[in-house]
Amino acid sequence: MNYFIKYPKLSQFVILLILFSLLCILINPSENNFLWRFPSLIAGLPHLINDSVSYLMYDFMPIDVYDPEIEEYEERPLIKEFTRTLSGVILFCIVFIREILIGGVKTIVFFTGWDFIREHKWLYWPALPWTVVAIGTIILGYSLRGKGLALLAGCATMYIAIFGQWEPAMETLSFVLIAAPVSFALGLFFGVLGYKNKTVETLLNPLLNVAQTMPHFSYLVPAMVFFGVGDHAGALATIIFATPPMVRLTMLGLKNVPSEVVDAGKMSGCSEFQLLYKVLIPTARRDILIGVNQVIMQCLAMAVIASFIGAKGLGFNLLLALNQLRIGQALELGVCIVLIAVVLDKLSLAWADKQTDYFADKSFIERNKYKLVFLAVLLFGFLLAYLGTFIFKEGFNYFYIIPHNKGITTENFWQAGVDWIWDTFFFTLKAFNEFLIIKILMPMKHAYLSMPVVATFLLVMGVGYIIGGVKSSLIVGGFILFIALTEWWDRALITAYMTTFGVLVSAIIGIIVGSLCAQYKISSKFILLVCDTFQTFPSFIYLIPVIMLFGVTDTSVLIAVIVYATIPATRYTVEGLRGVPQSLQDAGSMSGVNRLQRYIRIELPLAFPHIMLGINQTVVFALFMVIIGAMIGTDDLGQYILKALSDKKGIGNGLTLGLCVAFIGLAVDHLIRTWSIKRKSALGIL
Amino acid sequence: MSLITKSKSSEQAVIKCESLYKIFGDNPELMLKKSLDSVNAKEFQDAGYVVGVNNASFEVYKGDMLVVMGLSGSGKSTLLRCISRLTEATSGKIFIDGEDLLSMNNKQLIELRRNKMGMVFQSFALLPHKTVLENIAFPLQVKGSSTEDSIKKSMEMVELVGLSGRENYFPRQLSGGQQQRVGIARSLAVEPDIWFLDEPFSALDPLIRKEMQDEFLRLQSILNKTILFVTHDFDEALKLADRIAIMKDGIIEQLDTPANIVLNPATEYVRKFTEDVPREKVLKIESVMDPLKKSEKLSNLKVPYDALIEDVAEDVLSQSKPVGVLDGNQKVIGVVYSSKVISVLFGKRTSNENKNM
Repeated sequence: MNYFIKYPKLSQFVILLILFSLLCILINPSENNFLWRFPSLIAGLPHLINDSVSYLMYDFMPIDVYDPEIEEYEERPLIKEFTRTLSGVILFCIVFIREILIGGVKTIVFFTGWDFIREHKWLYWPALPWTVVAIGTIILGYSLRGKGLALLAGCATMYIAIFGQWEPAMETLSFVLIAAPVSFALGLFFGVLGYKNKTVETLLNPLLNVAQTMPHFSYLVPAMVFFGVGDHAGALATIIFATPPMVRLTMLGLKNVPSEVVDAGKMSGCSEFQLLYKVLIPTARRDILIGVNQVIMQCLAMAVIASFIGAKGLGFNLLLALNQLRIGQALELGVCIVLIAVVLDKLSLAWADKQTDYFADKSFIERNKYKLVFLAVLLFGFLLAYLGTFIFKEGFNYFYIIPHNKGITTENFWQAGVDWIWDTFFFTLKAFNEFLIIKILMPMKHAYLSMPVVATFLLVMGVGYIIGGVKSSLIVGGFILFIALTEWWDRALITAYMTTFGVLVSAIIGIIVGSLCAQYKISSKFILLVCDTFQTFPSFIYLIPVIMLFGVTDTSVLIAVIVYATIPATRYTVEGLRGVPQSLQDAGSMSGVNRLQRYIRIELPLAFPHIMLGINQTVVFALFMVIIGAMIGTDDLGQYILKALSDKKGIGNGLTLGLCVAFIGLAVDHLIRTWSIKRKSALGIL
Repeated sequence: MSLITKSKSSEQAVIKCESLYKIFGDNPELMLKKSLDSVNAKEFQDAGYVVGVNNASFEVYKGDMLVVMGLSGSGKSTLLRCISRLTEATSGKIFIDGEDLLSMNNKQLIELRRNKMGMVFQSFALLPHKTVLENIAFPLQVKGSSTEDSIKKSMEMVELVGLSGRENYFPRQLSGGQQQRVGIARSLAVEPDIWFLDEPFSALDPLIRKEMQDEFLRLQSILNKTILFVTHDFDEALKLADRIAIMKDGIIEQLDTPANIVLNPATEYVRKFTEDVPREKVLKIESVMDPLKKSEKLSNLKVPYDALIEDVAEDVLSQSKPVGVLDGNQKVIGVVYSSKVISVLFGKRTSNENKNM
């Protein structure tokens, strides 16, 4: 009893659990009992969204626009005209880059017209030979960083070319080369705005919170409605998705610039603008570069998902391969995406690190050697391609472009591998699968679904109250209420159950692995590098190997979730444990603790708030993966979002469902963050 | 004393403050108005306001070095920031070369900073992404100088502060003392008339600090800038200053030459600082000088009026006759008795002792 008095929070929690169980037992599960399930009062919300969107798109503020086709002025709604123009601009940019890389006529047609091009066949842009692009990338890598990056760039481009993925890869690249810089610029712009203006910041923060917890899929439906289907819609969805982390990191970085540095800039006589781009942004570049990295990752993650609304390239092929269960091909495509992500990331980092040498008295050739070499490569590449026409008399000119799926492929090898695994371990895998589904997943799912809604509220709001008082309780209550009042409460519970399972397993694995690795400096470094690498992979990639092993089941989704969500748990554990101040370690050593005691008594309590922030990330990662798992076929919120994609009036459903997912994430985020901040300030390590 | 107080009334002050106030809080103007020009820090604090600078008035002349000394929270940095207009003063007037600083618009302010002001910061405030050379060239580039010119000028600065060979290092690769040399070089790159230094040596180790102080004096002897120097270290103030302003709770308690502060502390607070100061390190011969009597026979040794007692005490004491004191024109203007020197060196510090001098 004394124990409970000593720890009042614990006793509160026990009482809460007792009440929760009582409610679960007492409330009668019937559709008419509002204690069991709330009536879906805001079931009309999706329709409302649909109606307002279609009003905006088709009836709002008509303006007169000159239509050259019928040579007359026509009345068109403002928003639609705007989105159409925007789509046009974006599409033009994408096509322009794409045609430089793999040839085409659309850009030239845009300026001249089809008739003109029919008369002048020579205007057809022939595409850069792949050799030129590959060597160009190598030169770029070498000029920016040196041999290492050149080697990486070389391997990546060679891989893509040799495996016959050149065309789709260039399509994806052209898409990313537009989406990433636009996201970067937008993110920087809003980040700076938020830094300069307090009101903007308070407005941005909740928006960013929601945007960063909305699943990828939810961005597709609105993009489709406003911008139609195609590369431009995919690019725009990607931009909307990739900008929020950039905004957030820009604001964070700018805020962390030491005030004396700002003063030094002012005293050096900087104007507002000079202060911004010569002092603030460069000084904050560590965080801003993390933002750039995030943007590139998100763009490539979306490159796959955007193929749902017609973005061409590797993502589309990957989706196709996954649907046909061609694991080998999916794997090769996945590697391509990862390689592009890694190379772009490293190139952008190296570019940001570039230095100028002021004293070098160089000749023209010295100064422009890389450009000259590239020029030579360009000539040489075209020459080689021309020679190729004599060598490869029939079929394809491999010196010019290696056509899609005409390269080498290891598909058969992987397929054989999968078949072998299936043949050899069929019963083991099946037994494991069945055990997991029947003994763990089904009972858990059932338990979640048999929670009366009132009991859920009691539990969540109670935890909120214990952690952060009435305010927290009301905030999380509000989030959950929104979901409870939609017609998808049961679906949300299924999402919650899958996420909970994933998070529990990930957290356990992550904390154990992290703790073990944090014992030594070298192993910490190693594991952080592994985490970095894995984080580079677009989330979709994780589905490939698990489908390979477990086929199309819930198990596959959950294992992908666990693999993906373990990354942040591990990373934060290592960071937290390594971050324990050396003086405390020494104090421990001088008090004569052994290794285990040190871990339990000193390191873990101090690192725990930071680890919890990792768990917070784990929740978001898990949630995203569960939703993407809809691809494999689950029956949670994600599946309904996916359905909304093929629905003509899907925007309302898609957005509302996206908000539901976001609110689950935000509720958990609020609880963990509040706890972590309180705990950190209690420990005096904030 | 009249000898060293150079006549400056005809000359225009480079920096001039008139009843400057800085009050932090929600509506400082209103609060100041209500107080009717008698600001009491305690009352303001109870009302939720913090008094940074309380009715500061002073002038700094060309080539003069004013050291503002005070403990943390005394408002010394706030005063400096008001004069550099990094913080907007609540009320009062500041004139830089006769121009009203507080009425300048943003453009004029930037012009002023680009051409007339340089500032050194406590934690160096170097741009982490720029090399030593780029950091020093920064104010020049901001001003719009060509790359070639700014690099040439910066290289001169690198040499001036003794960092040759390290111009391509990044700040993180330098020691604290070296970083502050970069900070000093940067603040001097545009050849400003006015030089602000905000506790420039506080973050350095004692030995490096002494080295940097000597370096600073060397630079000032070459450059002869008008300087406002903020420090919390009284010894540093004594060592560097032409005049010292001692601040407490935003009020300038006393503003005078180091010797006068040590000899005649205006308030109890100032006296506490001066108590343990070895006076021979501060006082000059003229402060123990007696008028010349015609009949008196002087020793062959003569000392200049502005020599520190510490430096000449041994020579003076080894003479049997009184020692003559020379002015700047090598003319004997007074005499020093060894008894006076002994009393400075070994005498008990009592409050009425000063009156005897």
